[in-house]
Amino acid sequence: MFRNQYDTDVTTWSPAGRLFQVEYAMEAVKQGSAAIGLRSKTHVVLACVNKANSELSSHQRKIFKVDDHIGVAIAGLTADGRVLSRYMRSECINYGYTYESPLPVGRLVVQLADKAQVCTQRSWKRPYGVGLLVAGLDESGAHLYYNCPSGNYFEYQAFAIGSRSQAAKTYLERKFEKFPESSRDDLVKDALFAIRETLQGEKLTSTVCTVAVIGVGEVFNILDQKTVQSLINEFEISGEEAPTNESAAEQSGGDAGGAAPDQGGAAAEEEAAPMDI
Amino acid sequence: MTTKEHANWSPYDNNGGTCVAIAGADYCVIAADTRMSTGYSILTRDYSKISKLADKSFMASSGFQADVKALQKVLSSRHLIYQHQHNKQMSCPAMAQLLSNTLYYKRFFPYYAFNVLGGLDSEGKGCVFTYDAVGSYERVGYSAQGSGATLITPFLDNQLKSPSPLLLPAKDAVTPLSEAEAVDLVKTCFVSATERDIYTGDSVEIIILNANGVRRESEQLRKD
Repeated sequence: MFRNQYDTDVTTWSPAGRLFQVEYAMEAVKQGSAAIGLRSKTHVVLACVNKANSELSSHQRKIFKVDDHIGVAIAGLTADGRVLSRYMRSECINYGYTYESPLPVGRLVVQLADKAQVCTQRSWKRPYGVGLLVAGLDESGAHLYYNCPSGNYFEYQAFAIGSRSQAAKTYLERKFEKFPESSRDDLVKDALFAIRETLQGEKLTSTVCTVAVIGVGEVFNILDQKTVQSLINEFEISGEEAPTNESAAEQSGGDAGGAAPDQGGAAAEEEAAPMDI
Repeated sequence: MTTKEHANWSPYDNNGGTCVAIAGADYCVIAADTRMSTGYSILTRDYSKISKLADKSFMASSGFQADVKALQKVLSSRHLIYQHQHNKQMSCPAMAQLLSNTLYYKRFFPYYAFNVLGGLDSEGKGCVFTYDAVGSYERVGYSAQGSGATLITPFLDNQLKSPSPLLLPAKDAVTPLSEAEAVDLVKTCFVSATERDIYTGDSVEIIILNANGVRRESEQLRKD
């Protein structure tokens, strides 16, 4: 009930210790079209739903190659996402120039998170309205991170962001335990199934989604439409139910692809503040 | 009357070596010897002066190799940025202009690099660009740079059967020779230059670019 008094500035705390502008920024992420990521020990797959404004227009690009070993999928204000991708690319190029080696993914996400934090503590700025799923491969293995407008970042086995992402998360929660040992093709298949969950009955075709892969021996690349469509056909994903051999996995804590705490945050004030978790 | 004081330290050194590039109708040959020297000493017999800037652009540079390495890194990074922004590789003429601008950027503390850029243009024809240390460049049919350039250039003028690059108006100067003939000519150039130029020798690294891709050849040269 006090939200309206304390939500004008990002530099104003609420009595309950929340920064509403940052929470509103996270709301913007939830409004964007879905993006999902999942990883095994050797590969990471990103997939997203392409929503075009109208039949006449093209859809916005939501997956960006940052470097040979890093790619990012975004949800929310795509313009903010584009700008952050440019920053990430620049950081990778400068690191490569200085050290003649690829920028470790963990370093990049920290820099990104610090950049986002700056916008939560300046009165003349606003938080970035975009959530980023950063997929990368470095010496320590395959990684999938989620970067929040709040400046937080988390590592995940699998995650989904954007509108109707809860459906994808439910699917991923059932399957995530077998992801570490999955083959590249199985990961892509699971990604497509997860995307299909977010479409809520709409037909899954390669015009509606984009898929990108990075892995050992494979630089980050966005699969072309024909390949995606043939995969959809091969796995008969377009209208079918998800395969019935899912493991009844218990939900585990930590950095597993569990239900994201910040999914239900923005309702009543009595609920735990999203950024606390 | 007044004597000027001179620095007893120079930021530059000359590591010697020779680079050559020849453009053909549907191929390009870029070659450089692999000897790296300082003063009258040899630092190594096995140093590559050729760098791949893009799928269809290779640069060979003689002069001060520290500056050459820095120049290669700058161009490499700029090419990455271009690829992110345009979703494609840079064409050879575009790279040629970028190299010129990059060199002129340091007009008052130049890269001590004598470059020759070779590749295929958008029509698949061979193209060679030759530079001075501060970025003045020109598209030519063939060029040599470095310590053995003065020995090689008159030989190429005679043997390549191209229209003279000194004629005006500038004529399209790709050589009518075949790829195999051009490669053989390049080897002959280096063998001859090695005889008289002390900074050229050890081995020659030859890159051949054509529609099928890239090929690399190597020939041993006199080591004295």
